Amino acid sequence: MEHETKIEIRDLNVFAGKNQILKNINIDIPKNKITVILGPSGCGKTTLLKCMNRLTDLYPELKVSGRIMIDNNNILAAKEDIYKLRQQMGLLSQRPYPLPMTIYNNIAYALKLRGIKKRREIHKLVLHYLQQANLWDEVRDRMREPAVRLSIGQQQRLCLARGLAVNPEIILADEPTSALDPISSQFIEETFSKLKNDYTIVLVTHILRQAKRIANHVVFMYLGEVIEQGSVEEVFGNPKMEKTKLYLGGTFN
Amino acid sequence: MYLLNRVQRHRVNSTWMVISLALVAFLPFLLFIGLYLKSAMLLRDYSLFDLVFSKIWKPSSGQFGFYPFIVGSVWVTMLAMIITAPVCLLTAIYVTQYTRKFVLRIMHPAIDILAGIPSVVYGLWGILVIVPFISRYLGPWLEVKTMGYSILAAAFVLSIMIIPFVLNILIEIFKAIPVELKEATWSLGATEWQTIKHVLLRKALPGIIAAFGFGLARAFGETMAVLMVVGNVVKLPKSVFDPGYTLPALIANNYGEMLSIPKYDSALMFAALLLLVVSLFFNLVMHFFIVKFNKY
Amino acid sequence: MKLARKIEEKFFKALMFLSTVFILIILAIIIYSIFEKGLKSISWEMITQIPQGGYYYGKGGGILNAILGSLTLAFGATALAFIIGLPVALYLNVFLVRHKKVITIIRFLLDLIWGIPSIVYGAFGFSLMILLGLQTSLLAGILTVTLFILPIMIRSMDEILSTVPIGLQEASYSLGSNKSETAFKIMTRQTVSGIITAILLSFGRAIGDAASVLFTAGYTDHLPNGLLEPVATLPLSIFFQLSSPVAEVQNRAYASALVLTLIILLVSLFSRGLGKRYHKTKINF
Ligand SMILES: Nc1ncnc2c1ncn2[C@@H]1O[C@H](COP(=O)(O)OP(=O)(O)OP(=O)(O)O)[C@@H](O)[C@H]1O
Ligand SMILES: [Mg+2]
Repeated sequence: MEHETKIEIRDLNVFAGKNQILKNINIDIPKNKITVILGPSGCGKTTLLKCMNRLTDLYPELKVSGRIMIDNNNILAAKEDIYKLRQQMGLLSQRPYPLPMTIYNNIAYALKLRGIKKRREIHKLVLHYLQQANLWDEVRDRMREPAVRLSIGQQQRLCLARGLAVNPEIILADEPTSALDPISSQFIEETFSKLKNDYTIVLVTHILRQAKRIANHVVFMYLGEVIEQGSVEEVFGNPKMEKTKLYLGGTFN
Repeated sequence: MYLLNRVQRHRVNSTWMVISLALVAFLPFLLFIGLYLKSAMLLRDYSLFDLVFSKIWKPSSGQFGFYPFIVGSVWVTMLAMIITAPVCLLTAIYVTQYTRKFVLRIMHPAIDILAGIPSVVYGLWGILVIVPFISRYLGPWLEVKTMGYSILAAAFVLSIMIIPFVLNILIEIFKAIPVELKEATWSLGATEWQTIKHVLLRKALPGIIAAFGFGLARAFGETMAVLMVVGNVVKLPKSVFDPGYTLPALIANNYGEMLSIPKYDSALMFAALLLLVVSLFFNLVMHFFIVKFNKY
Repeated sequence: MKLARKIEEKFFKALMFLSTVFILIILAIIIYSIFEKGLKSISWEMITQIPQGGYYYGKGGGILNAILGSLTLAFGATALAFIIGLPVALYLNVFLVRHKKVITIIRFLLDLIWGIPSIVYGAFGFSLMILLGLQTSLLAGILTVTLFILPIMIRSMDEILSTVPIGLQEASYSLGSNKSETAFKIMTRQTVSGIITAILLSFGRAIGDAASVLFTAGYTDHLPNGLLEPVATLPLSIFFQLSSPVAEVQNRAYASALVLTLIILLVSLFSRGLGKRYHKTKINF
């Protein structure tokens, strides 16, 4: 079961002052698969995602060291054009944060940042991404409304569409369904399963059943360290480490 | 108090609470009615239009034209806002978005001190520093004749006075924007400045406008500092280097004589009424503005 | 195109930096000029004596009348505003806590009142005085300033009280307390530091404002002696001394400004210190 590796994380350490948030992380994330990151609250999953997207730059108190190789390119070393770099990845956060604009402009803005200027093309792509995120049918008549008027579930799909609109190869999703109702969650899950043919997806979740349903590859983290990683069959079917067994058995959370 | 039992004490306390609340709730109406009754005498004899738009102010011969004062107030206030608004907006963005937290920790006490300095002291500082600066350096440099006591001096002093007020509101507004919204924008590949320009400013826009509105209302009613540096000349100013007169200064300067000339007291109360109405109006509009336009 | 964007970004960042520095420099200039001028002319005599004959032409004496007058007036007004303000703030956060609409309206009214310029209060107080046949006096000054600081007092206490979780009130009821006991015993104890800060903030406002006392408190060269007598205040004493043509008297105005500024800075420093200390006894949720 060898896959092509898309993201290669080597010796990643993150400090917040004296407090070490991530300790010596080494992960291989396979291309065009869904990799699920599991682990109890506070173990550093969100921080790991932020490192991949260089969002850690927003927090001057965080010190990041190590390498994150994407297509043999160390993004942590990149000085120039981290903006282009971020466009390789679409981000979906725990709660939807639509931009303070209309539904249409939420996506058009991402397209403009990508450098697309022709109105006709923008039109076409907005429609395309909304369809891809399973939202088009619900918003086709409401494109000029402020995005916050949508329901939370719809907002999350809008954020997904917006994330896709930067034309990424990778999708980073941080507990994207935790604020959603079951139906909306299912929508997002289905969309992910469809998208994985074209995108490398990294998904953080607390829901074990969700992980089992859609994951190809699983990474289990505990207190800032990677305890175990492998294919979903390996980790769920035959966990090697004691902590993983306990977690999957639901003994601690 | 301890002679009363619990139930009686509860009754006393509750009653006192309701009385106090009623007093506070009626205060704006009380102020309005009080000042209106006092200025009614003037309003009976002159039309509102004449009072507001007549240029001649000669109380001793019964001519009460408030136009020069209104114009003076508007000039001073507007000019002050032109200085304050960009300074506060830029600073608020800088200290909340670009710098480490310790800068905010320096700014907070600085803002507190600026807010605490009383207005006479601001006026005194204006006389000591701003007025000579305008008459000795700025005026000659721009080749205008000025005594220093001018609309510009008043506007500058006033702008410094309202900076802490406006800046405080703006900082709160920017701090209240969730960091995740920034992260979302960054993740699309936007730069810091694009994030600020396209997302944060738009998100904060109703709040920003309201902050400016509140600041404007505050500036319009400021009395002592302005009075001390504006020159107090009843004439329509032709440039910002001319002296002027404002509504609050009019009231403060003339309360001594107001009982000796007929209708003079009524006229000054009318000026106070104008100030009250402007202040209530602006604050009212801005409150509704925040509620109404927070659509994003 | 890309260069233009970079320049724009740099330009605005520089502008922001300059604005921030501008504010700090102005503050430094203000503090410096007040201290520089004030320290030169301040003397022991100035703060321990009342004006003697010919004081306003440069003869001896001091401004003790204004210092004590201002303190008395500000104490009186703050106390009165506290007696009226605390119950209102408590009423909002205990009795009306379930009536969000009513609270919103009252807070809105308070914010409106907060925005009214102090000269309007002064004018209103003056016409009230005439109506009641009162002279300019300490009492009239206290009443006017009370109205002026009331919204500040209430809103700052309200701000603190509204952060107390409703669970604390429920716990108090479950022990058998009634609403006013919950309000005056539990809520106040939980927020002591905030209440003290509110009081000090109001005190600072009360002592620094000139426009509201201009018509109502009057002015006198004597120490305050009675509620119905006029009273001198520091802001007005600065104002009057500054209007004098005699240089010596103007210098005293600078010294008086220094005294007033110091009092206000001390009060605000005090409130910060106290705020920190009391925080430790607060239950954290
Ligand atoms: N900017 C920061 N400064 C200091 N500490 C931080 C910062 N960001 C995160 N941490 C700390 O790092 C640890 C990991 O946080 P992180 O948000 O990555 O956890 P998580 O695994 O995503 O948890 P959850 O499942 O609850 O979302 C936490 O203890 C948190 O307090
Ligand atoms: Mg997380």
